[in-house]
Amino acid sequence: MTYEVVIGLETHAELATVTKLFCGCSTQFGVDPNMQVCPVCLGMPGVLPVMNKKAFEYALKAAVALNCKIDEFTNFDRKSYYYPDLPKNYQVSQNYHNLGADGYLDISVNGVTNRIRIHNVHLEEEAGKLIHPEEVGADYSLVDFNRAGVPLLEIVSYPDMRRVDEVESYMQTLRKILLYTEVSDCKMQEGSLRFEASISLRKKGCDKLGNRVEIKNLNSMKSVLKAIEYETIRQRDVLDRGETVGRETRLWDEVNEKSARMRSKEESQDYRYFPEPDLLPVLIDEKWLRAIKDTIPELPLARRQRFIEGFALSGYDASLLIDEKILADFFEECVKILNRPKAFCNWITNDLLREVKDRKLDIYHLKIKPKQLAALVEIIEKGTISSTIAKEVFSEMIQTGKDPKTVVEEKKLVQISDEGLIEAIITKVISGNPDAVEDYKKGKKNALTFLVGQVMKETKGKANPKMVNELLEKKVRV
Amino acid sequence: MMIDKDEVEYIANLSRISLNEREKDMFVHQLNDILSYIEKLNTLDTKNVKPMAYILKVSNVFREDKLETSIPIQDVLINAPSTKSGFFKVPKVIE
Ligand SMILES: [Zn+2]
Repeated sequence: MTYEVVIGLETHAELATVTKLFCGCSTQFGVDPNMQVCPVCLGMPGVLPVMNKKAFEYALKAAVALNCKIDEFTNFDRKSYYYPDLPKNYQVSQNYHNLGADGYLDISVNGVTNRIRIHNVHLEEEAGKLIHPEEVGADYSLVDFNRAGVPLLEIVSYPDMRRVDEVESYMQTLRKILLYTEVSDCKMQEGSLRFEASISLRKKGCDKLGNRVEIKNLNSMKSVLKAIEYETIRQRDVLDRGETVGRETRLWDEVNEKSARMRSKEESQDYRYFPEPDLLPVLIDEKWLRAIKDTIPELPLARRQRFIEGFALSGYDASLLIDEKILADFFEECVKILNRPKAFCNWITNDLLREVKDRKLDIYHLKIKPKQLAALVEIIEKGTISSTIAKEVFSEMIQTGKDPKTVVEEKKLVQISDEGLIEAIITKVISGNPDAVEDYKKGKKNALTFLVGQVMKETKGKANPKMVNELLEKKVRV
Repeated sequence: MMIDKDEVEYIANLSRISLNEREKDMFVHQLNDILSYIEKLNTLDTKNVKPMAYILKVSNVFREDKLETSIPIQDVLINAPSTKSGFFKVPKVIE
């Protein structure tokens, strides 16, 4: 039987505010347990929440960037459930009047653009963090409330995806939009960007959706894709046996690459949503909405198009550059200083990315600055250094943050363009390699390449390769 | 709408509290009393009345994203029945 896979994603992104949603506690990651808490985020009796304006505006910005309809009226609701990571036994969230609704996200798979609809975008508070000790027989869990109350954006897609490559593109595109709008740092390893997938199968051509299964505990984009593949096969087997797939929530097991049914969860009516009486509603007027719209920068797809048209870059190169906003910014800074888009694109997408990967550098805190890369391209063009040596200079620059001229001087890397000096070395190489010279004279063209290599080796790569070629050819022809 | 014992047990379970038989009977009575009292509202015609969640004509109350000092760890944990290395210690949560 052929089935169609129907996939929807719920995305949670922690917003990049300095303080929590309802109190002035820090949102900094990686601090000792319970150091960033106060009576408000601990849910002590009698405290009152006051909404962080920046968090609200970030959520609004994301909703606008995701093409959502923004109602003039929005408010917050209590979602009640009992769990040790939730100090108040309810989570302040939105249910009846979400901040944004009916938006969309355009994704691109193999050059084909596809529109994935967004059901809603809303703002809520994070729960604390539970730690389950690994020691055998431990009969306790530990709770850290540093994360409790951090502003969290939830983005719910429609079940519009059919294949894993669409899911991957959706996640990547969404992440880029959140980074471009600077509402979240999207660090998956710190949990500031998380995905949950819901999957159902139906017979091809059937309109009715099957029972959907939600999958949680997906720690990376890779595990989202793996979990979807696993779940597709699992449900197909169930259906092929003539059984029905139960509506359930499953937990992904990263290590064993399979999912297991989770203890039955509350149904949505069990959350007993009702308007949060401790918070006032928010009215969004035209003027405010316009001001928010004005803060939205050029989004990734538009930037990619501009790079292709404005800088004559290939679609592939442009995609590589816009992939990380910080790299695209770096590129544009360089071009502003020196109009050599292709050269900068090559340096960034090849050498820079390779160094970043090999040396595990943080692209958000690179030591090399755009004006330094521009200076490097300039001295290559002037012939001060060869392009081979430039790679060595670049590697030093990215590690130390030194100017290219400083590196060239310190390492004595200036290109040798002195004809007399090069000729002297050529003479030495020729007398040391009579066989190669003979070969060349017999018509073996690659013997010349060998000799050029020898000269470059003698000069530690510093000889001007063009001059070496010309002078050598003249010499051996004699 | 009437609340029966099953309903009370269901709500107790959602709230993670355990009730003995005497308490269950008591809550069945109390909750039904409350509900029948509230039922009186159904005698009013509310066809043209919008649901109202807020009685004040105030909206858009915000604070700036400004850092404030959190409270010292000993105060954080002062009421906790059990702690361990700065954490709250709770009975094992089974996923
Ligand atoms: Zn706090």
